[in-house]
Amino acid sequence: MMFDHRYEKDVAITGIGQSEVGRPSDKSAMRLTLDACLQAIADAGLQRSDIDGVACWPGDNNNGDPFSPVGPSALKSALGLNVNWFGAGYEGPGPLAGVINGAMAIAAGLCKHVLVFRTITEASARAVNRQAGALTGKTQGRDSSYAWQWFTPFNVHSGINLMALYAQRHFHEYGTRAEQLAQIALTCRRNAIRNPKAVYRTPMSMDDYMASRMISSPLRLFDCDVHCDASTAIILSRRDIAQDLPNKPIRIEAMGAALNQPWSWDQISLTRMAAFDVGQMMWARTDYTPQDVGSAQLYDGFSILTLIWLEALGLCPVGQSGAFVEGGARIALDGSLPINTNGGQLSGGRTHGLGYVHEACLQLWGRAEGRQTRDHRVSTVAAGGGPLGGSLLLVRE
Amino acid sequence: MPRKLPALNADNRAFWQGGETGRLLIHRCAACSRYFHPPAPLCPHCASFEVAPQAVSGQGKVLSFTVNYQGWAPDLEVPYVVAIIELAEQAGLQFVSNVVGIPVAYVHIDMPVRVTFLNVEDVWLPLFERDQ
Repeated sequence: MMFDHRYEKDVAITGIGQSEVGRPSDKSAMRLTLDACLQAIADAGLQRSDIDGVACWPGDNNNGDPFSPVGPSALKSALGLNVNWFGAGYEGPGPLAGVINGAMAIAAGLCKHVLVFRTITEASARAVNRQAGALTGKTQGRDSSYAWQWFTPFNVHSGINLMALYAQRHFHEYGTRAEQLAQIALTCRRNAIRNPKAVYRTPMSMDDYMASRMISSPLRLFDCDVHCDASTAIILSRRDIAQDLPNKPIRIEAMGAALNQPWSWDQISLTRMAAFDVGQMMWARTDYTPQDVGSAQLYDGFSILTLIWLEALGLCPVGQSGAFVEGGARIALDGSLPINTNGGQLSGGRTHGLGYVHEACLQLWGRAEGRQTRDHRVSTVAAGGGPLGGSLLLVRE
Repeated sequence: MPRKLPALNADNRAFWQGGETGRLLIHRCAACSRYFHPPAPLCPHCASFEVAPQAVSGQGKVLSFTVNYQGWAPDLEVPYVVAIIELAEQAGLQFVSNVVGIPVAYVHIDMPVRVTFLNVEDVWLPLFERDQ
């Protein structure tokens, strides 16, 4: 027995699917989910009966929250799946937790093909109630939440206040400037213009960015991602079976899921978050290096998080992400490290985590059409902010 | 608008009510002498149960801050400052609060601050003002 085997390498992505990305969509959350899942199953060259596992993050935690209105239980039933394993839940290494858990289920021998999905309907929710999703609304009456009671009494109504604290500290320690941070938003918008499904597709200039209103300094409106209604799905398959399927398998070469600090938004390193723990773990599990990465899909729920992920994954030196993205050339579609090639969440839409995996696969398979980068085999995906963080190193075989 | 208040329990009560007697109470471990936050029954450093709230100086500095301009609720007064305060007693002993009593434009990282309490119902919120 090899007890030091890195089992994620036995797992590959074999198919992807995504519903329409609406702002809002008039389809139900379940319909969006089924659109994405059926597309992914067909893309993998499989039948519904081949799927023997379902994973999701965070799933429907019995609260009907538009942050995640459909979980594995409902999806399994609606799709008529018989499964050996299914699971979801908020607590874990962030928006990629579904992929990480699904890969572990395959590596453990529980499943051959796991359907991983992520559905979000925050655009419709906010059309009805502009305060939907406020941190102060997560508990009724007094705040009894382990995480949020330390923030809501101080009028922290939104995660942006916490991300702004990270950004301000990054600016202070490393001299990062607004004109540099702007390049994340501007790059995403340029890429979104080439993506027919992106929410925002009109050109954005540096002046537009600087003129966008300050929400929580130093973060402006254009540093925030855009709510949408959408579902994304991917199929994870056991690698030996994957060889016989139509798409060239995209191997999960390495995963990062570590958290070597408290699970907290204010007790962790403000400039490193969980992200550095995650990056360190991922690179320790592979012989590949950051120099091998041909494209990166890096969480941009808020633009500052993308800068921190660039550093955390070793894609640029620590503290130098601002200089790395300055001018935008390096991270453009034809740059040395294209990022967020579908427009990210800032302009493409807040598909929240799995959208990045979908886009990474399109790029690795050469199916990204008007926004296709140069041919490459290695891509990295990272998602989360604060104590939430997970990453994948994907290699097309 | 009224602030959302924390639900009090045996672990967090001292932190939220210390201000009634003008004290900022932070959990400290008798075994390793280190402070920790948020308060909990076990020292996260050395796993000792010999922990109890202890009054600290209430002095610290701004580790990071943000000026919130967004009116998240109809009657929320903006702008206001959300900050992470690092207490003088120990590096890394830090938590989120508000900096009050000076124009938002004057707040900066490393600014010395001291605690001031805002009483709402049975909670004394530890806020911070500039330490002269």
